[in-house]
Amino acid sequence: MSVEQEQDERTIRCLVAKVGLDGHDRGAHVIARALRDAGFEVIYSGLHRSPEEVVQAAVQEDVDVVGISILSGAHKTLVPKILDGLREYDAFEDRLVLVGGIVPDGDQAELRERGVDEIFGPGASMEEMIRYIRQQAPER
Amino acid sequence: MSELVDDLLAGKHSALARVITKIENRSPGYREIVSALHHHTGSAEIIGITGSPGAGKSTLVDKMAAQYRERGHTVGVIAIDPSSPYSGGAVLGDRIRMASNAGDMDVFFRSMSARGSLGGLSTATTDAVTALDAFGKDYVIVETVGAGQNEVDIVKTADTVAVLVPPGSGDDVQMLKAGILEIGDIFVVNKADLDGADRTVQQLREMLQGRSTAGHHGASGSEIAETDADVSESEAWEPPIVETVANRGEGVEQFLATLSDHGDYLDRTGGREQQARDRFAAEIRTLLREDANRLLAGELHRQGGLDEHVDTVMARETDPYTVVDDVLAPLRECLDEE
Repeated sequence: MSVEQEQDERTIRCLVAKVGLDGHDRGAHVIARALRDAGFEVIYSGLHRSPEEVVQAAVQEDVDVVGISILSGAHKTLVPKILDGLREYDAFEDRLVLVGGIVPDGDQAELRERGVDEIFGPGASMEEMIRYIRQQAPER
Repeated sequence: MSELVDDLLAGKHSALARVITKIENRSPGYREIVSALHHHTGSAEIIGITGSPGAGKSTLVDKMAAQYRERGHTVGVIAIDPSSPYSGGAVLGDRIRMASNAGDMDVFFRSMSARGSLGGLSTATTDAVTALDAFGKDYVIVETVGAGQNEVDIVKTADTVAVLVPPGSGDDVQMLKAGILEIGDIFVVNKADLDGADRTVQQLREMLQGRSTAGHHGASGSEIAETDADVSESEAWEPPIVETVANRGEGVEQFLATLSDHGDYLDRTGGREQQARDRFAAEIRTLLREDANRLLAGELHRQGGLDEHVDTVMARETDPYTVVDDVLAPLRECLDEE
C-alpha cells in the first residue's frame, strides 16, 4: 500500500549556474523563470561562480540538469573543469550537462566530446530547451 | 538500496544528496533508507532559523556555517523555499548567499521547495535531517520562512530555534499574528546597524516578557505542556535577544555562543531528551495518521471508490455518518477482538 502512495512522478531539478567573470545574468534569469514555469525546481547559483562552486551545488542539490550559462568566451577552460569535478564526485553519469550562451561552432564538438550533452546558442527557444530536458532527463 | 546507505555512511557526498532526493520524492524504498539511517543518528546539534522574507536568514546561515567550519566542525544546511502554487515549479535562491563556504564540501547545503504537499514537508525535513545527522554532520541548520503552521512544524525538528527579526518590522501585531513569538528560543535582530534596531529590540523585549512558557515546545500542545512544567520549575529559559549584522559577520560569534548556551541549558535540565521524545512521538503520530489514511484510501479504492456512497447520500437513502460507520465496521471489529 505504501508503495502506491510513493510518487511515480518526480520533480525535475535544474541548476542554472553563472560561471566565471561574466556579469550578464539576464539570460540566466529568463531561463530560470521559464524552467520554473515549466514546473521544474530551479536552483540559481548567482553570479561569478567558480567551477568548484558549480560542482558543489550540482552534487549537493542532486540536480538532474546542470545548466551552465557562459557569455565570456571562457567556456573551453571552465566547462571541462566542471565536467571533471562532476566525475570526481561520481555525479556525472546520470546528469544532463547543458551549456547556454555563445559558443563558436568550432568549439562545440570539443565540448560535446568532453561530456556536454547539448549547447543552446542565442537563437534557441525556451520551448526547445524545456522539451529537450523533459525528453532527456535521466532515469534514476 | 542498502548500497546507497553504505555509501552515505562512508561519507560519499553524492549518496547523501541522492538519499535526500529520494526522501523528497518519496521514491520507492525511501522508508527503508530512513529506517536504516535512524540507528546512526543522535549526534548532530540541530538549529532552526526562521523569520520573515528578507530578514537575512540565508546570510546569517552562511556566516554561521563559516564560523563552525573555522572551529573544525562540519555543517549541513536545509533551506526551504516556497514553490509556485501555479506550476509547482520553484526558483530556489538561498544558495546565492552561501558565498563564505564556496567550494567547501564539508558544508552540505541543500535547497528544498515546499512542493505544496500538505504536511509532507515537515516529514521530508525531519527525514532529511536524519540523513545529515547519520552522515556525521556536527551541526544541522534548518532555514525556513516563518509563516504558517507548516513552518512551525518544520522548526520543531530543531533543538534550538532562532527567530530573525529585521528592524523596523515593528508592528507588534504583525509578529504576534505569525505566532512566531512562541517558537523562538533565541531572537536575533539582524541588520542591527539600521535605524530602528534599538526600537525593535525594545519592542521584542516587551513582548517576550508577556510570554508564559519556556522554549518553543511550550506552544506545541497540551500533552507536552505538563512535562514542560517540570523544566520551567527548576530553571526557566529566558529567550535572549542578540543583535547581528550578518552581512558583515558582526555579532555572529555572540549568536553562536548563545546557541551553545541554550544547548547547555537543554543538557542541564534534561530538556534535550524531553524534546527528542516529543519529536519522536509527534513523528510516530504523523506517520500513523498518514499510513492509516493510506490504508483506508486503498480499501475505498478496492470497494469501487466513493461515487456509489455519494449517490446513496445524494438520494437521501443514507447519510455521511452511516457511510463512515459502514466503511469502518470491519476495522472496528478487528480492533474490538483484541
